[in-house]
Amino acid sequence: MTSCFLRYLSTFSLGNMNLHKLSSRLYPTATQKFRHLHIQSSGQQLEAVAVETASAEPNPLSVFRTSEQDPTYHSEGHSGQYYMLPPAHIQKLFPYGLPPRFQLQIKTFNEGCVMVRPPALELISYLKRADYSKPPLRYVLYGDIGTGKTMSLCHALHYCYTQGWLIVHIPDAHLWIKNCKELLPSSSRPSRFDQPIQASQWLKNFKITNERFLSKLKTTQRYVWTKRESTEKGQPLGELIDQGVNRMKSSSDVVGAVLRELKLQAGGTTEGEGAFKLAVAVDGVNALWGKTSLKKEDRTMCEPEELTLIHNLRKMMKNNWSGGAILTALSQTGSVFKPRSAYLPNELLGEEGFDSMEPFVPVSVSNYNEKEFESCYLYYLDRSWLQHPHSRSEEGKKELIFLCNKNPSILERLCAAL
Amino acid sequence: MAASSCRGVRSILWKYGSCGKNFCVSRSKTVPQLPVRHICVSSALWKKNLAAAGPQKFTLEFINKQVEEFEIGKRHLANMMGEDPETFTQEDIDRSIAYLFPSGLFEKRARPVMKHPEEIFPKQTAVQWDAEGRPFHFLFYTGQQSYYSLLHDVYEKILAMERHQDNMRNKGLFTSETKQILLTGSRWLLKEEIEEYLVENISDHDYMRMIQLMEKLLSMPYCSLEEEFILKFRKQLEVQSSKHEIPALQYDPQGVTFSVADGRRKTAKASITLRDSGSGNITINGRNYLHYFPLLQDREQLMFPLHFVGMLGRFDVEGSVEGSGHSAQAGALRLAISRALLSFVSEGEVEKMRQAGLLTADPRIKERKKPGQEGARKKFTWKKR
Repeated sequence: MTSCFLRYLSTFSLGNMNLHKLSSRLYPTATQKFRHLHIQSSGQQLEAVAVETASAEPNPLSVFRTSEQDPTYHSEGHSGQYYMLPPAHIQKLFPYGLPPRFQLQIKTFNEGCVMVRPPALELISYLKRADYSKPPLRYVLYGDIGTGKTMSLCHALHYCYTQGWLIVHIPDAHLWIKNCKELLPSSSRPSRFDQPIQASQWLKNFKITNERFLSKLKTTQRYVWTKRESTEKGQPLGELIDQGVNRMKSSSDVVGAVLRELKLQAGGTTEGEGAFKLAVAVDGVNALWGKTSLKKEDRTMCEPEELTLIHNLRKMMKNNWSGGAILTALSQTGSVFKPRSAYLPNELLGEEGFDSMEPFVPVSVSNYNEKEFESCYLYYLDRSWLQHPHSRSEEGKKELIFLCNKNPSILERLCAAL
Repeated sequence: MAASSCRGVRSILWKYGSCGKNFCVSRSKTVPQLPVRHICVSSALWKKNLAAAGPQKFTLEFINKQVEEFEIGKRHLANMMGEDPETFTQEDIDRSIAYLFPSGLFEKRARPVMKHPEEIFPKQTAVQWDAEGRPFHFLFYTGQQSYYSLLHDVYEKILAMERHQDNMRNKGLFTSETKQILLTGSRWLLKEEIEEYLVENISDHDYMRMIQLMEKLLSMPYCSLEEEFILKFRKQLEVQSSKHEIPALQYDPQGVTFSVADGRRKTAKASITLRDSGSGNITINGRNYLHYFPLLQDREQLMFPLHFVGMLGRFDVEGSVEGSGHSAQAGALRLAISRALLSFVSEGEVEKMRQAGLLTADPRIKERKKPGQEGARKKFTWKKR
């Protein structure tokens, strides 16, 4: 498996785009090639774990929970088990990044428990083994609706956070292309549009997540915002962000500037304190290349290109920098003008998106398997979430399996009603 | 053939030879003429007469003539259809008429029909008094002579049975364990059916009294002597579950048993293949049922038959459905699954499923919009003035 991976990297770095384009077009076969050995080994391990857990039945806690809170040490042995997100991390890393239903669940259960699942484990293993002196790899999580793409992304992001990376997390890119109350013409470029509210909101959250980096990083050039305001070269990044938060008018440009700075400074330069790895995580990445539902003042539709935030984000997606990774997940639920049955990358990204995202590593996320379903069911029982007495029996469990077909989000909604 | 116009005014009897007593002999010619409708009466009088005359009266000769015409017509029809006139049954007649006169009317009773005149013309009572006005039956002045004569007969039989009992006691052959009449699987005739039998109107109270008297007859020993008489007033109930057709169990090349069934609801048609393969996958029209029915209610409908029988994770369902909306499609699939399950399930379970309503096709369809109204029930805005 490692040999395949290295081969992939070498082809990529040689700039041999044509061959690779072909292979990634046939992405199902690509994933098979990639994960053939991986799946075999994990399958054996899963069986071993199942035997273990069956014998450990009298001690229910160990079956579906694990005490390992650091994602670095999660392995296939923990697959199907819940681990607890430390509350401090939740506050810092995910002020708004988790799915809204999961946030409600955290509030109800008083703890945030995430299930360790194969797609997330795969992603983390790639991140562990990647070479960060080369341009960043793009990982795309894809799958049917409600199978857990966002949660896997958050799990991988937690890993990056514990490793001390700098996190750039856009929880849902779809929020930037629809329902915008204010659309100002850009101050710097005449043909572009700004979204001050979204930009300033994002800057605030970015500040909370990456506080410790803000004083260390410095700007590399002078930015002029208006006739009276400008940020000099060599100022800490914190000042730039404050500028953006205070002055709403130029916040979108500030976002662009921040992204540019991070790109330039990630990973490469060894200034002692300055070396850091950059994790760019975008959920709903298909929003960047789709259509918007925003209208300009003359009632014509806006193109995503014309929005400053989207434009800058697209630049981030290109891999002309080094020292980090780009983690993305597709999303159909928030997307505009896309049919509900579309879930594959080429359908949701569109031609343009697929071309610009190529080459990428696709990671497929699917419904729960037997073991995962079992562990989810036990977790809900443990938390006294399933109040109906019939749901504790075998019959009830079979009914649940039938009604949700082991889809995580539907199971969650179903159990909420019980 | 099937006549439509009424002509005669004379009321003449029908022979319903069940009681064994003829109430009246047909007297077609010597009965005094009852007032005949004059042809030259004005239209106003005509209307009044029609309302007051009561149900139409047919003469015996008229009825006999209809019967002859029917028989001849039957033979003609058989010749037309190229079948043997001798063995031409009523079912064949119905089939031929439906073929020759296809009708799109929804009301089955409005369609062209050719039946024996006995079924078409209602039974009527004859004139029950003779030339001098004296009634024939001794119970005529009760007003409901056939009903009271029936009660009279039953009481006669009760008395006869008591006498028989006394005789047996005298001879010393009295036994209380006599053959009992088997009453399971049958019910008493309903009030409407009794009315039809007696050609008279009876009230609920009368009906109850009659049933009580019958019960009394049944409670006596030696009632098996009158078994034939009593069974005339009881109707056999058919066993409902024997009516269902169980689809045949077929075998795959891999040896997996499967069965195929159809279901319908409200214009949606569904066709299902139920495979006994041990996994619980359901595919509808090529898509997973989770995608095809995003609504929980529809998936619950699919779950109902399998859950009722207790075989949730056992079957693989592959179905195709078309027409109508999502709810109707779910209902059609449910019916199809229940029917397909019949071949995998025992007899007792079949009866339970029938009682649960899984095997009944839902007859509700969209109600017709009526003229003068907005929709089927909604009226136009009512304006007081």
